Amino acid sequence: MERGVVFVGDINIFIRRLVRSLVEKKPIRDLIDWAVAYSLWPVHLMTSCCGVELAGGYSPRYDLERYGSLPFVSPRQTNLIIIEGTLTRKMARVARITWEQMADPKFVIAMGACAIDGGLFWNSFNIVRANEVMPVDVYIPGCPPRPEALASAILALQDKIRKVGIKREDIEILRKYVEK
Amino acid sequence: MSSQTSPQSTQMKKEDPDLKRFLEILNERTKDLNPKISIDKYGRAIYIEISNEKLHELAERLSKLGIDHVKSVTGVDYPSENKIELLIHAGSYLRTLRKYTIIIKSFLDRSSPKTRSLTDVWPSAEFQEREAWEMFGIYFEGHPDLRRLLLPEDFEGTWPMRKDFMIKTRRPGEVEGPWK
Amino acid sequence: MEVDRDSSNDFLSNLSQELFMIRETGVREEGERLIELQIGPAHPGSGHMRILAWVDGDIVVRCDPDIGFVHRTIEKLSENRAYIKTIPLVERPSLLDTTPITIGYVNAVEKLMGIEAPPRAKYLRTILAEITRIASHFYGIGILAVFLGHSTGFMWAFGDREVMIELATMLTGARITYAYVIPGGVRRDMPQNFPDQVEKGLRYIERRLKDWEKLFLNNPVVERRLRDIGVLKPVMARRLGITGPNLRASGVDYDVRMAEPYEAYDEIDFMIPVAEEGDAYARGLVRFKEIEQSISIIRQAIKKIPDGDIISPQISRLFNPLMKKIYAETRRVKFPSLLATLKPPKGEAMARVEAGRGEALFHIISDGSTNPYRFRFVTPSFRNVILFKYLIPGHRVADIPAIYGSIDYFPPEADR
Repeated sequence: MERGVVFVGDINIFIRRLVRSLVEKKPIRDLIDWAVAYSLWPVHLMTSCCGVELAGGYSPRYDLERYGSLPFVSPRQTNLIIIEGTLTRKMARVARITWEQMADPKFVIAMGACAIDGGLFWNSFNIVRANEVMPVDVYIPGCPPRPEALASAILALQDKIRKVGIKREDIEILRKYVEK
Repeated sequence: MSSQTSPQSTQMKKEDPDLKRFLEILNERTKDLNPKISIDKYGRAIYIEISNEKLHELAERLSKLGIDHVKSVTGVDYPSENKIELLIHAGSYLRTLRKYTIIIKSFLDRSSPKTRSLTDVWPSAEFQEREAWEMFGIYFEGHPDLRRLLLPEDFEGTWPMRKDFMIKTRRPGEVEGPWK
Repeated sequence: MEVDRDSSNDFLSNLSQELFMIRETGVREEGERLIELQIGPAHPGSGHMRILAWVDGDIVVRCDPDIGFVHRTIEKLSENRAYIKTIPLVERPSLLDTTPITIGYVNAVEKLMGIEAPPRAKYLRTILAEITRIASHFYGIGILAVFLGHSTGFMWAFGDREVMIELATMLTGARITYAYVIPGGVRRDMPQNFPDQVEKGLRYIERRLKDWEKLFLNNPVVERRLRDIGVLKPVMARRLGITGPNLRASGVDYDVRMAEPYEAYDEIDFMIPVAEEGDAYARGLVRFKEIEQSISIIRQAIKKIPDGDIISPQISRLFNPLMKKIYAETRRVKFPSLLATLKPPKGEAMARVEAGRGEALFHIISDGSTNPYRFRFVTPSFRNVILFKYLIPGHRVADIPAIYGSIDYFPPEADR
């Protein structure tokens, strides 16, 4: 029997079930994906030396704000974290705490050769790999990658969000919130 | 083909009256401490080797001569001779002495390297001595605030810059496996 | 404790006097009044470091920089690699002005080996070093502007920086990390139209500097926030061992390019800009004036550049016939295999250069094998960290970003 189309019973339960089914149906889910994709705001965490190209990316020549992303100060109000460069142990702890403070749905871009597999400093005792600390969505090679590469990575992430959709667990959270 | 030589190429061992005068004064003021003074072949670096007990006295006399800041304090590890060599670069902001760098070397015992801190003579040595402590284990007596500077607080392991702290090396033809 | 309203100014100046005399224990007896603030790494006003500030109300009583967030242990890594593989490693800490730091390292290696670069290579190195120095000063000015909240300054600075990066791309092929300088010379010659492009770029920067004066230097809000903040007296600067434009803004005219000339600097005339007050505004002003001096150095170098080889004959006689052909046709240097595994004789060598932020020191000890035995490397930002501990106490919390931006401290450079 199809959920949501219940005419008998309490009007509260009827409305709740209707909203729940609508949120999971295609038009609104696509709308949510579209909204999330075009407002990817990175948090202001500078990890290491690729930060120069990140700052250059938001400068007038390679303006990345036209894709909808704006670096913002607070981790609670952003949904993207860009790990640029080498993650040392001290900084990995900070990055993990910042990532846990961000609200779902959130995404991670790993920028530079040092974030992929150590890069130039692969045998140093003080660094960790980026995918040991948090799950990564997009990798960008380069040392440092050009700002155009960062732009294409943001576009690739937007494509991924719109095709695949935000994760299933986040829809569960939305559902639980609506049910309360 | 012979390329024309620019004036700098003949800077090896130019006759420099300032340097001679400075070396005379230095020799006469520090004769009783028994140092070993030599200059490199470019005429710009003055090497002084001295034993550890007289290091503080030498520092005081040098600072009266006009050497007023320290550029670097570090160590060199010689495990085969069981010694750690303390390497200090000092210089001056005065106009006549600007072009010379004084390099002071002094040997310490490797099993428990201890020396007297130079921060009361040269306050610019404060952060340099902290780094030398956490990298080599050289204990500076009299330093106001000797603690970690660059390594994370929960770092375990011996002093990293000593030669018995090994890091991975890649031999030719070796392909590295997944990082553990 | 009673404080009258009209003597609060005296209270403030007495407090900061007292603090400069108490060197270490800046904690007062009433410990409950102090709050510890951690301005951590995930903060737009702090960069990659943590500033711990103990505040009493709004006045900072004690400040402690917590660095080491970007410590990549370059000195330890260089003991496992050949001399030429350390050149990219040495480039990465100070990512903004890479070329003076690379020149210093290569000078030390050349002193060990006893070879020297030909004059044309020296001039090319000087031109690239000054181009990166202008780019680095623009970054410093941009960061100072954005810490004050002046985001137009940030956008303008990074846009003007792109002009210099384009010029460097024309010369070397990469945007920021070039690896252009090798022991014995440089890797490529400059293209035919390079002098014209440089002239166009420099004229654009000169026009922009006039706009910058109107926007930033004569701006009443910026002056109010930066004048008389973080005053560094010359006596204190000498004792703490400060280098770079911070020192020159306090009245000491110390510059390694004049004190111990390297590369082509002793054949070029330039001046050293010096300011007297020592406050944050003077530090910003000195950086603008240094950009003008760098423009004049580049112009003189392009006029005076001699013809000739770009690689020293001791290395070019190791070329095999294919490398000689490529060098003769396109003036590009390919590495002979002996250069990649070179073994300098036993000994020590030391070199000093003037990077964008101050004086950098290199000391190499070699024991005859392909890897250096000990490589010591002190960057100017590491020597300037001590300013956090001694300049900030006595100011308000809102002055911390202003002082930070004016010192132009770059954490990856200090942590190496």
